[in-house]
Formats: sequence, structure tokens, C-alpha cells
Amino acid sequence: MAVISYREALNQAMREEMDRDPNVFVMGEEVGHYNGAYKVTQGLLQRFSERRIVDAPIAEMGFAGIGVGAAMVGLRPIIEFMTFNFSLVAIDQIVNNAAKIFQMSGGQYNIPIVFRGPSGPAVQVGSQHSQALESYYAHVPGLKVVMPSTALDAKGLLKSAIRDENPVVFMEGETLYNTTWEVPEPTGGADDLIPIGVADIKREGKDITLIAWSKMVWTCLDAAKVLAEEGIECEVVDPRTLRPLDVPTLVESVKKTGRCVIVEIGWPVAGFGAEVAYQMQRHCMDSLDAPIERVTSDDVPMPYAKNLEDEVQPQVKDVVAAVRRALYLE
Amino acid sequence: MGRVRGVVTASMTTPDTKRVEHEDSHELVETTPAELGPLYRQMLAIRRLEEASAKAYSQGKIGGFLHLIIGQEAVCVGAVAAIEQKDYVVATYREHGHAYAKGVSARAIMAELYGKKTGVVKGLGGSMHIFDKATNFLGGYGIVGGHVPIAAGAAFASKYRGDGAVTLCFFGEGASTIGGFAEGLALAALWKLPVVLICENNQYSMGTPVYRSLAVEDVSLRALAHGMPRDRFDGDDVVKVKRRIAEAVERARTTGEPTLVEVITYRFRGHSMSDPGLYRTKDEVEEWKRRDPLNRCRQRLLDVGMPEAELTAMEEDVKAEIEDAVKFAEESPPADEYMKYVVKE
Ligand SMILES: Cc1ncc(C[n+]2csc(CCOP(=O)(O)OP(=O)(O)O)c2C)c(N)n1
Ligand SMILES: [Mg+2]
Repeated sequence: MAVISYREALNQAMREEMDRDPNVFVMGEEVGHYNGAYKVTQGLLQRFSERRIVDAPIAEMGFAGIGVGAAMVGLRPIIEFMTFNFSLVAIDQIVNNAAKIFQMSGGQYNIPIVFRGPSGPAVQVGSQHSQALESYYAHVPGLKVVMPSTALDAKGLLKSAIRDENPVVFMEGETLYNTTWEVPEPTGGADDLIPIGVADIKREGKDITLIAWSKMVWTCLDAAKVLAEEGIECEVVDPRTLRPLDVPTLVESVKKTGRCVIVEIGWPVAGFGAEVAYQMQRHCMDSLDAPIERVTSDDVPMPYAKNLEDEVQPQVKDVVAAVRRALYLE
Repeated sequence: MGRVRGVVTASMTTPDTKRVEHEDSHELVETTPAELGPLYRQMLAIRRLEEASAKAYSQGKIGGFLHLIIGQEAVCVGAVAAIEQKDYVVATYREHGHAYAKGVSARAIMAELYGKKTGVVKGLGGSMHIFDKATNFLGGYGIVGGHVPIAAGAAFASKYRGDGAVTLCFFGEGASTIGGFAEGLALAALWKLPVVLICENNQYSMGTPVYRSLAVEDVSLRALAHGMPRDRFDGDDVVKVKRRIAEAVERARTTGEPTLVEVITYRFRGHSMSDPGLYRTKDEVEEWKRRDPLNRCRQRLLDVGMPEAELTAMEEDVKAEIEDAVKFAEESPPADEYMKYVVKE
């Protein structure tokens, strides 16, 4: 077991999958000579050459589309968005082409492609560069949406995403790249993979279930530590994949604890947490001891000033307060 | 004007498939101390403002991305000198200089970078998003190319209302591959919108040199397919920039015709504060620094007869202005009203 960073885990996943399958290639801005804007593709150009690590100019719509076309006829592209904010320029290719071609073609052309890159609020970069867009993609049938919170999950899930026969929107946490986790050495077998669509219990507890993904898992784990000091045991469940969503694992936890707080860093209205809340009340009605709580960012574009930026996003204190509400402690 | 309107200027070049060499930039454009003095002052103030913000950034007082325009000052200063107060400016995330040239104060810019309530957008936007209605500065935008249609839209409104205003739109050569640029250009040409599209070709898009991002390195050639006038020249001399942009502005104002102008320039620093710029050699950077447009402007000012003492006094004045802006930013209260401007009541 080695302790590696989330960044390194992603790099290893791509490296291993590219070694394994010559049809896998990476395309995006600054992925080669610059070694990635966030250094996720560090060293890949040296190893795989310009044929397979393709530096693209600023043309997200164009290179996302090139990925879709190449995937139709047998390649397995990994399209890197420098950040997911710029995927909005390419969303037509993702939603109208990648997600639909398999069904539109009557099942003849599947699209094995990964769209990946950093996502979620970053630090003091203002509203156009700091936002959570997973709810946009989770809305779309035909896509899979993966949001790993740890280096371990990042590696196993990215390998699965690359091998998947469908378009996978793989959203990395922009502020998670330096986080570390224990990751086993690859065996070359199936246990190197983490299957898409399987949730993971990040902390066990009996009193309340916290459901969160990506960076918010860390916030929930911190909140759970604070609450443990008061004797409140939180179970932190990380779906890891928003689409498909592992409803049974979430339901099992909520039935066990009877209470649920859903924490997401996106905006509240039509945020993915609303769908999770629906699923939990639908399946756990008889076990719930309190209304399901949601914690989200405030309903505003992200401000630049640090003090406001912190205030807008879910913080440990907000999660603690929601837990206390769900336990009728205030 | 006839059907084919590609304007042939002295600097018109053939398509390049190799790296572009500069045209000789040492031909002198006539000027006077009265004209050049204020331009030099603006360029110097922008240089000092950028240096002060770099310092504050390294002290952790400014956060996020900070893209400096050091080395390119002659472009925004010269271009904005060619327009009037009522004209609009639309720019990128590298826009402190453009905003200053359009009339936004150093205080308001610096306080914004500090995330203070007194910032030009109240601490909500930061470095990349300066907007100022009072000076018709329509914004700094963070998504590459997305602002080109916005500039065309402002020009559309000017044509619609017949208000005679012209819009200047600034972007980098890296933006010339994205759809927003292609579509903005096409519509501006089709509808003859009074906009001057100014490509600041600083030869790098982040770490990517032009020869790895453009099949043909001459961005101005894109105008030809749309029957749009174009120009292309070296951006070291602020007066030359002013004159050449003035031609395009005049054309826009009198005929409604847009122009695509490419100005060759160079940024001395990395793409942003976090970029060490390892993709270019020291020699290359030094070579460009030797032709620093700011030094060149200063020398020219002396050559055309501004007394050294007057110049020094101006420089002292700029120093004081920027120190005051930093002090103002330091002492201003923190930003506080983030829920207020989501929708207008
Ligand atoms: C659509 C989009 N893709 C990528 C980025 C990230 N990015 C910001 S600036 C930049 C380089 C732009 O280069 P250029 O247009 O030449 O302008 P310069 O920075 O040189 O002034 C990139 C890739 C972005 N902001 N928007
Ligand atoms: Mg550039």
C-alpha cells in the first residue's frame, strides 16, 4: 500500500489504462507539453508521445466533438477539460451527441469516452470559474456521472470509466488534488477497478446518515468528528457515482439510522441532492424519524472575496447545525 | 464599399506557416509631448499597478488567478486612446490595464483585487471581472472567447439606436480557435456592427506557443473570409497602436464596418501568478524585455522634447497614485453584500 495523492492516482489510472489499451488517448488543453494545467497528466507526453497525448487549442466544442467521433469508430478518448466550467462551451457535444448517439443509432454506435477534469468551487476565482455543475450532467440519460472523493476512489473509478462502453462525465474535485489516501499496488486484475454505480460508507455510525460526494465527503467527515465529541455517531455515505445512483446502499443506511442530511456544494434549486432526498423519502418513509435535511451552497453566483466565498459554501458548522436539527437538538 | 472589402494596409502579410517574424517596429510615428505624455503616464501607472498587485498576491492579500499584462501595456493604452468616453470596451480576464485606460481608478481596481467593499464590483468579481458602467467598461470575462459576441451585441445596440458609439473588443490569439470568436466575427461582419476586434497576440496561450495552436499564425486573415477589413502590426509603439486603431474606429463610426486587428505583443510574466513560464527560454524573454514598450515610450518622450524634470515629476506622481491605491485597498472594509445582486428587484 502506498499513500498517494488524488492527482497521482488519476495519473496512474490513465497511465495504466493507456499501457493496457492502445486505443486510449488523452486530448485537451495543456495536457502534454505543459503537463496539465493541474499537473494531472504529468509525464504522460514523455511516455506516450504526441500521438496519444494531444495538446488541443482552446476549442472545447471542437475537441469534445472530435472525441465523440473517434469513439464512434473505435477509439477510447479521454477528453480533459481544463476545468468543467469550460465544458459548458462543449455541452452540446456531450448532451446532444455523446449521450444520445447510442440510442439514436438504434444501439449500433456506443460512445466509450471519458470527459474529465477539475470541477466544483475553487478558491477565489469568481463566479465563472467556481461552480458545481454535476447536476447538469446527472440530469441527462445516456451519461454516467462519477465524482470521486478520495485518491483510492479516483483511481479505481477512472480505470472503470476508461473501460466503460458509454460516455462518462468524470468530475474531479478541484480542491482535492493534493489530498492523500492509501492506494494498493495494481495487480492487473479486476480488484484494481472500483465499479461505477456503487456507493461507499466512508464512516460508520448509528445515529444519522450524511450523504455527500466529492469534496463534501471531507466536510462531512470533519463534521462527524465534531459531533462524535458530543456522542452523536454519523454514518457518512459517499455515492461516488451520481448516475447511476446506488439507491439500495443509501436506503440501507437511512433505514438503519432513521435520519438523513444530504450535503452538496452546488446550488439548492434542482440540485442533485433534491433527487437523493426524493429517493430516500420514497424508500425510507416508515423508518424516518425526522424530515430529511439538505445543506447546499447559497443560491448565488460565487463571490470573489474570501470571506463571502466561505460563507456561501457549506461549512462544517452548517453540517453540524443540520444534524442537530434532524436530531431535534435545537 | 464594394463586395470584397479586405483592406490592404502596409503591414498586410501573406499566410505564414512558420513562426511569424516581426515587422520592423522602429519606424517613428510622429507625435508630440502633449500627446505622448498622457499615454506614457497611463502605461507607467498600469505597470506599477500590476507590480503592486503581484506583490500583494505574493503576500496573500489577493487570491485566485491574477493575470498580469506587463509588457503589453502599449496595446490597451494606445487602443483606448483612440476612442471616446461613450464608446464601449469589452475585455478578458487580463484586463486591469484596459479598465484603467478606460478611466477606472487605480483605487477601485486595487480594492477589487483585495476583495474589498470599495472595489469596482464590490469584491464580488475580483481580478478577472472588472465592470464599470460609469466609464462604459463592459467587463472582464473569464471564459475564453465568450465575450466576443457580447461585444458584437453592444455594437448591435449602437447601430440599432444610431448612437454613434464604437465597441472595442480585446482577446488573445488563443481565443481565435474557439466558437465564440468565430461566431462573433461572422455576425459582426454580416450585420456590419461597429466593433473593432483587437487580437492581442502575445504569442502564447498559457503554455502553448502560436505555432502549436494555429495552423496559420496570422489571426487577422480570418477577416478575409468574411469580407471584413483587417490590420496587423507590431504593438511596441503606443502611438502607432493609437493611430492604427483610430483608423478602424473611424471606419466603424462612419460606415458601421467592423475590423479585425491583430497586434503583436508579448507578456513578460507567466500566464498567471501560478505559472513559472518554463515553456520559453530566458533569452527569448530577455530579447522582448529589451524592446520594452514602456522604456521605448519614455525614450521617445525625451526625444520629442519633454524635459527630464517634467518626466520625473510625472513618475513621482504615478508612484504616489499607486501607493495611495494600495493603501486605500488595505484600509477598506471587507466585502459584505453577496446576496443582493442575484436578481434586480
Ligand atoms: C473556454 C475556456 N477554455 C479554457 C480556459 C482556460 N484559459 C484561460 S486563459 C487561457 C489562454 C488564453 O490565451 P490567449 O487567448 O492567447 O490570451 P492571453 O492569456 O495570452 O492573454 C486558457 C486556456 C478558459 N478560461 N476558457
Ligand atoms: Mg495569448
